[in-house]
Amino acid sequence: MRKNLLEYLYDDIDEKRDRVAFSDVNGSLTFGDLFEISRRIGTRLSRAEFYREPVAIYMDRSPEMIAAFLGVLAGGCFYVPLDCAAPAARVRSVIETSGARVMICGRDIVEKAQELGFEGTTLIYEDIAGSAFAAQEQYTESGKENCTTTVELRENCENAIDEAVLAHIMDTQIDTDPAYIVFTSGSTGTPKGVVACHRSVIDYIEHLSEILKVNRDTVFGNQSPFYFDACLKEIYPTLKFGASAWIVPREYFMFPVKLVEFLNEHRINTICWVGSALRMVSALGTFKTVRPQYLRTVAFGSEVFPPKELRTWQDASPAGAEFINLYGPTEGTGMCCFYRVDRRFEDGEAIPIGRPFPNCEILLLDDNGNAVKTGEKGEMFVRGTCVTLGYYSNPEKTGESFVQNPLNNAYPEILYKTGDLAFKNERGELVFVSRKDYQIKHMGHRIELGEIENVAGGIGGVEIVACVYDSKADKIIMVYKGEAPESEVSDSLKNTLPRYMLPARIVKVVRMPFTPGGKIDRKGLAEAYTGRGK
Amino acid sequence: MEDYLDVVKQILLDLHPELDGDEDRDGLVADGILDSYDIITIITQLADEFDAVITADKITPENFDSAESIAELVDEILNE
Repeated sequence: MRKNLLEYLYDDIDEKRDRVAFSDVNGSLTFGDLFEISRRIGTRLSRAEFYREPVAIYMDRSPEMIAAFLGVLAGGCFYVPLDCAAPAARVRSVIETSGARVMICGRDIVEKAQELGFEGTTLIYEDIAGSAFAAQEQYTESGKENCTTTVELRENCENAIDEAVLAHIMDTQIDTDPAYIVFTSGSTGTPKGVVACHRSVIDYIEHLSEILKVNRDTVFGNQSPFYFDACLKEIYPTLKFGASAWIVPREYFMFPVKLVEFLNEHRINTICWVGSALRMVSALGTFKTVRPQYLRTVAFGSEVFPPKELRTWQDASPAGAEFINLYGPTEGTGMCCFYRVDRRFEDGEAIPIGRPFPNCEILLLDDNGNAVKTGEKGEMFVRGTCVTLGYYSNPEKTGESFVQNPLNNAYPEILYKTGDLAFKNERGELVFVSRKDYQIKHMGHRIELGEIENVAGGIGGVEIVACVYDSKADKIIMVYKGEAPESEVSDSLKNTLPRYMLPARIVKVVRMPFTPGGKIDRKGLAEAYTGRGK
Repeated sequence: MEDYLDVVKQILLDLHPELDGDEDRDGLVADGILDSYDIITIITQLADEFDAVITADKITPENFDSAESIAELVDEILNE
């Protein structure tokens, strides 16, 4: 039984060594490259006495970033991928919450990294990933000319691999040790770090691979950024099967014809994309110009996908291509429910999220913690190995969402309380209904409207603020009362929030509407400001 | 064409106020100023304003690289 994610890389390494694992438009890394680089980085971290702790990764989405992830694991640490496009203030808050003492940074973005004001150790990826021979030159330049023979080189140079140390780390790791922390929007204004262990990820990858029917011939086309758990879908199955994955450049998702041509050019046959990325392609009529030729598995998830767009994709894809709806919160390690599309859906019909992954159960509970009757709405609680360890360094928030199974008072059993409402239809399939709170999905990102409100509330001259979401237009609208002009509020938000969290409209009002109970009348605001018109 | 250009510039400025005074520049795509959200917003707004339906084959980096090239695209579509 596997206990460490690195086993996916190590298994059959001699057989797969020379094959390409991950590629982007700038280059690629073979399984052998990943093996070498990750072991160099692991050794380096260990030599510098970083062990069993978070390591921040500040790199552009690339094959090299995956090598850095694996290097962190080889060092017995866990990785914290950062969003290079996010404003410095937000990245800083993520690093602070993680408590990372060390960061691996891409050479080309070192200057940007300096703006973060990170006080710990910064290791440049290119320095620590390079071979012992490349390191020799630097070593010699620095006057330490004791690296003369290959043997000495292996022993002396900083980048040499220490097999004994790596073996010891591997031996002493257990499968409940963390593998990564990824950060998600938090309603209090500070992002929350979801920490997941090796065992949860292994459980996920084993079952996901069966559901997606991954094998050695699989060629993934990765869309999701690497600072979320979504990229697990491509990374670990690729390692497990000796398959390959293409990292599709972000800008291709602006130009749908180029995007589909890219899929065809690289014979990509498996894609797991957010609904908004797929929708962009189908809604703009791309298939009149070019159709995907090799697709056999199209998984969509993370947000509601309209049946019309699904039908367009089904009609344009090669015969026999499978479409799979995936559902799952980050706290449940990637995805935990799936539905293999087995019928045509008409407009207005909801595409089910289906049933839980094997080794996972979804409980539908009412507000009193009792199971709801078939057909009734309940909140989804996730039960299984997929439940992550909690929010890093945040016992309070962890306690609110990672809770004792209300149906079990005999022994400790932690469930994740999703805040998502669903019901079971007459076919026994789970169907997502809505959120219980103000969390939304926008452009594939999970956002707490409360986080935007809290950040906006901190701007001078903003007294009361509320955000509403226009789900039809997929737009966030912010309404506030205060002295500050709209342009000032807008500029200030741009400096603190990632692009995908910025409201599409900011409206200054003289009076904020309240409910008789004294709460902001969000329903009223939604009615007044969503829908068409400016 | 001029009518379109002013509207296109306004759409761009709404998305990127920092372009103020520099809205004639090119390289909007090449220099990474626009992202997929911007492209979709521009397409939707042009459809609303002018009933200009921009088909996928016209959504290219070249056609979206400046306010002028976008306005030319609208002109071309409406005169087809």
